[in-house]
Amino acid sequence: MTATTPTQSRSSGAYFRPDVATQWQLMWRRFRRHHMAMAGLAILGLLILIALFAEIIAPYQASQRNTRYLASGPMAIHVVDDQGNFHRPFVYAQVNKRDPVTLRMTAVEDRTRIWPIAFFVRGTPYELWGLIPTDIHLFGVEGGFVHLFGTDTLGRDLFSRTMYATRISLSIGLVGVLVSFIVGTIVGGIAGYFGGTVDFVIMRIIEFKRSIPTLPLWLALSAALPRDWSSLQIYVAITLLLALIGWTHLARTVRSKLLALREEEFVIAARLAGCSDARLIWRHLLPSFMSFLIVDVTIAFPEVLLAETSLSFLGLGLREPVESWGVLLYAAQNIRSIAHLPWLLIPGAFVIFAALAFNFLGDGLRDAADPYTK
Amino acid sequence: MLRFLTQRLLGMALTLWLVSIVAFVVIQLPPGDFAEAYLTEKQQSGAVLTQEEIAQMRQFLGTDRPWHEQYVTWFSDIVLRGNFGHSFEWKRPVADVIGERLPFTLALAFATLGFMYAVALPIGIYSAVRQYSLADHTFSFLGYVGLATPNFLLALVLMYLGQQWFGQSVGGLFSPQYEEAPWSWAKFADFLQHLWVPVIVLGTSGTAFLVRSMRALVLDELGKMYVVAARAAGLSPLKLLIKYPVRMALNPIVATLGWRLTFVISGAPIVGVVMSLPDTGPLFLHSLLNQDMPLAGAMVFIYCALTIIGTVISDVLLAVLDPRIKMA
Repeated sequence: MTATTPTQSRSSGAYFRPDVATQWQLMWRRFRRHHMAMAGLAILGLLILIALFAEIIAPYQASQRNTRYLASGPMAIHVVDDQGNFHRPFVYAQVNKRDPVTLRMTAVEDRTRIWPIAFFVRGTPYELWGLIPTDIHLFGVEGGFVHLFGTDTLGRDLFSRTMYATRISLSIGLVGVLVSFIVGTIVGGIAGYFGGTVDFVIMRIIEFKRSIPTLPLWLALSAALPRDWSSLQIYVAITLLLALIGWTHLARTVRSKLLALREEEFVIAARLAGCSDARLIWRHLLPSFMSFLIVDVTIAFPEVLLAETSLSFLGLGLREPVESWGVLLYAAQNIRSIAHLPWLLIPGAFVIFAALAFNFLGDGLRDAADPYTK
Repeated sequence: MLRFLTQRLLGMALTLWLVSIVAFVVIQLPPGDFAEAYLTEKQQSGAVLTQEEIAQMRQFLGTDRPWHEQYVTWFSDIVLRGNFGHSFEWKRPVADVIGERLPFTLALAFATLGFMYAVALPIGIYSAVRQYSLADHTFSFLGYVGLATPNFLLALVLMYLGQQWFGQSVGGLFSPQYEEAPWSWAKFADFLQHLWVPVIVLGTSGTAFLVRSMRALVLDELGKMYVVAARAAGLSPLKLLIKYPVRMALNPIVATLGWRLTFVISGAPIVGVVMSLPDTGPLFLHSLLNQDMPLAGAMVFIYCALTIIGTVISDVLLAVLDPRIKMA
């Protein structure tokens, strides 16, 4: 496979310096034309930023309770108040009143007072990445509180928790996909490179895996994890379990590409030059279909993400205090809580956006992976 | 044909056997056995059990024997006597507990399969013929969203909307007055009225996937020379479309029926749980949460067996329909 292709000069006779683009540059050019994929990339970038700087973006700690705003809905951001005056973004102040019917304390908007939203305010102290002690938050209000996504029955800020959950959900997906990438490449590599009986056995195993319904099996396996494990141990175990989902696609891709490439002349040449098997695979074969692998990885990501969300939603995945989007959705498990606290479904939107972004990205990458085809 | 059939059946038997091992491993995974769990439960409520009673219990349940002997007993009981063991939770034979609810799972699965194909094929064909039209873009966007939405989230949203608009729960498979009633036409009609919500929930992502593949396949066929030739020969567009490209495109779609079934069965438990259907989903989840492993293992085995048998049946049907497949 040639890495560069000189473009042909149309103006015959004139001196022409060939404009050389590497394969990756060609792929990027093609990728940029795919608008949906670019949108996916943007959403993904945003989610990654959230995951990296969750502590700063979240105005509160995930476990922090606000007893003055229990089980109440999202607070709307306004710029114009009731008198028609223009302000910088603000939320109305909240006061606690006793409900005359249920006699419970509820938060009610006080439309005469406003809490302006300020940026880079001092709030709850925390340690950024567990290293840097600080108390700067991206936004907040002074003298009051702000809950953009509302709170749960304990008064925990759903927005902050969703920000922290983004970190967990993405990291699970990332690690899960990384492990399945390694497993898939090795297994598929062995099958495709050696062929014959090894290939036959591995392909039967993959077929077997495809023929069984995975989710019930995953549910059963994660239910079998010991009850006394810490939430961190559970996190590791669930990640590894989920990694087992994605590897078959990758293994198949690697295998079929290897089988096709095995007969290519550059492979024979490398072999005649005395390359070891490992060097041949890693230095010559893998780079020539790396782009296809990246596509498969992108497509495997939402699978892992959705599987984790489903497991956690059913209460068989991660557990508090390790919170993913699925763990947050666990609170919205029955119709009664959704009817009263519908905003608990908001983390679900993040799941959909993340999965959409990866699907778009995967599509764009698939088109770009082979820049030489029309 | 006979050779093909025996080959497939042998393969199926082998896969079922492998699945039984997986299910048995699931049963054995949690540390401790039922006797131990029972002991802690009793101790918490203050009752005293002697060591002897525990030993007797182990002997009765067979959990004192090595695992391979337990496996042989467990598997031969299933194959020879249809006995899946005894549920700790329900204190009844597992086969009875599952038997009551399995028909609903099957009904849901097949209705969903039917729904998926009935909706996806026309949309896929239309999108291919009217490529890049407004409808095509709309359908493909909906398809993307459908693929990205977890089943349970769709169920939750539908249930919330149902609550808001109709003021009633859309969960379950029967209206309250029919829940305990014996089967009648009225009950059946009521059942059908309730069935469509879980069918949509379970079928959406599969439908989205099918639309995409059908669209791609028809597009591939439409670009081929024989279509141009047929059009030049004056065949009417609709007749041409149905008779040739669609027929060609259908083959790979039908051939993957088994995978679609696997997909549906895999998603069914969660939908069952969220919408509180009287099918095997809640049963399965409950058994997992309570570590009622004989029931859970049996469910894993049954879910797998359903898809494996379904796949073989679809393979055989396909071979009957399309004689070229036997060679492969």
